Amino acid sequence: MAGVGGGNDFQWCFSQVKGAIDEDVAEADIISTVEFNYSGELLATGDKGGRVVIFQREQESKNRPHSRGEYNVYSTFQSHEPEFDYLKSLEIEEKINKIRWLPQQNAAHFLLSTNDKTIKLWKISERDKRAEGYNLKDEDGRLRDPFRITSLRVPVLMPMDLMVEASPRRIFANAHTYHINSISVNSDHETYLSADDLRINLWHLEITDRSFNIVDIKPANMEELTEVITAAECHPHQCNVFVYSSSKGTIRLCDMRAAALCDRHTKFFEEPEDPSSRSFFSEIISSISDVKFSHSGRYMMTRDYLSVKVWDLNMENRPVETYQVHEYLRSKLCSLYENDCIFDKFECCWNGSDGAIMTGSYNNFFRMFDRNTRKDVTLEASRESSKPRAVLKPRKVCTGGKRKKDEISVDSLDFNKKILHTAWHPKENVIAVAATNNLYIFQDKIN
Amino acid sequence: MSEEIEETKTSEEATGEEQREMEDKVISPEKAEEAKLKKRYPNLGAKPGGSDLLRKRLQKGQKYFDSGDYNMAKAKVKNKQLPAATAEKTEITGDHIPTPQDLPQRKPSLVASKLAV
Repeated sequence: MAGVGGGNDFQWCFSQVKGAIDEDVAEADIISTVEFNYSGELLATGDKGGRVVIFQREQESKNRPHSRGEYNVYSTFQSHEPEFDYLKSLEIEEKINKIRWLPQQNAAHFLLSTNDKTIKLWKISERDKRAEGYNLKDEDGRLRDPFRITSLRVPVLMPMDLMVEASPRRIFANAHTYHINSISVNSDHETYLSADDLRINLWHLEITDRSFNIVDIKPANMEELTEVITAAECHPHQCNVFVYSSSKGTIRLCDMRAAALCDRHTKFFEEPEDPSSRSFFSEIISSISDVKFSHSGRYMMTRDYLSVKVWDLNMENRPVETYQVHEYLRSKLCSLYENDCIFDKFECCWNGSDGAIMTGSYNNFFRMFDRNTRKDVTLEASRESSKPRAVLKPRKVCTGGKRKKDEISVDSLDFNKKILHTAWHPKENVIAVAATNNLYIFQDKIN
Repeated sequence: MSEEIEETKTSEEATGEEQREMEDKVISPEKAEEAKLKKRYPNLGAKPGGSDLLRKRLQKGQKYFDSGDYNMAKAKVKNKQLPAATAEKTEITGDHIPTPQDLPQRKPSLVASKLAV
């Protein structure tokens, strides 16, 4: 019935939920980013308390063929801590804004995590052996009396309980005056970009004391400020190309071969607006909160307040597809402006084949769109539908008039239950949905 | 909402202009919402996305503190009883001199994430 993301018989089932059940949500526990690594074996989350938790998918075992690999805690560490910039009287939150994995090159895993001001490269490595039989010290570390040592021995490696260690390998600091909203690893596996409200910097992963400024939209006179950078991403295959979106609903594609400072875009994507429909809210709801290239590199997707748009990189004057996420909110914009919800930043993601896209909404609803069949579905992340392998029932919001039995009316939606962060496994139909302080994992139904 | 539509259609007294205005409200929920907002906040500027909104966004996290004022105040108060710190620990906006007791404590969370249980 759901039919999105796979064939017509496709259905999503509950797999796991992580996090506390209690009603009182501590601010620090609010999940602020979710990201699968390149193989999908690891799933990382960051929260407002500056902590990172990494889950690993367990190998499918023959004993339990029906439980497709579950994600269990692999490592957890404190990535960022709150700081106070005394010079500028600025409080720096420890909230993790983004996590991006590096492609795996050896046994260890690397990821970049960032808060508003500082990016850190973390190495996550396993240790399952320990050396025993040192000459100069005992097993408990005490120094042996040198006069008592009568023979030499070669230490041997003994197996030990698996220990997963996370260590910060690079700290990329002091390069952003404004708040970092995006980081993106380049396809050359050597560089990455970081973007704040007004500037984008290019870094080399090995070098922390220098970065190149490649975009600077700060006006000479701050009174003339009309737009800010909202998101940025490197092209998945062309290491010279990146895009950045703005608060005015436009996207600029830049080619780093053209100039050192990419203030002049190579391509400018903007959908023409009907001037008669312009209102006080037009610019605010057109602000792009996320931009993501498709895996193929041919398309990119943008999320604004009410819709998701797919753009063909070869066509700048309008998107090729537009999907309405929650159009019924258009008649609630006044209250959404008053309670600040109109400024919520929703993310969006592609599935592995680029055939489907997903984004979040309110009331713990999230939406999926199948680009091929044009079908869409609304699902809910809730504890009520959290029985193992329970099939998720499509939800429907009633916009007016008679409310059918299973529908929910717009006025009953809980605007505090926002799904801002979702992630799709790069190869399989497994999705991770962050609902405030809980992480839900859904998988496709095994027939 | 449906009542409004009926009124628009049946009202013959409304002039052409008024009718177009009402039709606008009916056709565009966004414009109706804008009218609602303007009624509640008559002083709201016409340009919402302008520099005011953006500057507020850029200044997130700003806490106002002047070390000179702080030390002067400390020196003055030394001879008197220190007034009890107010229960209001929310916004330090600059209309009074913040003391270290007033600034919200920003300690790192030493507790492990509940996701890692």
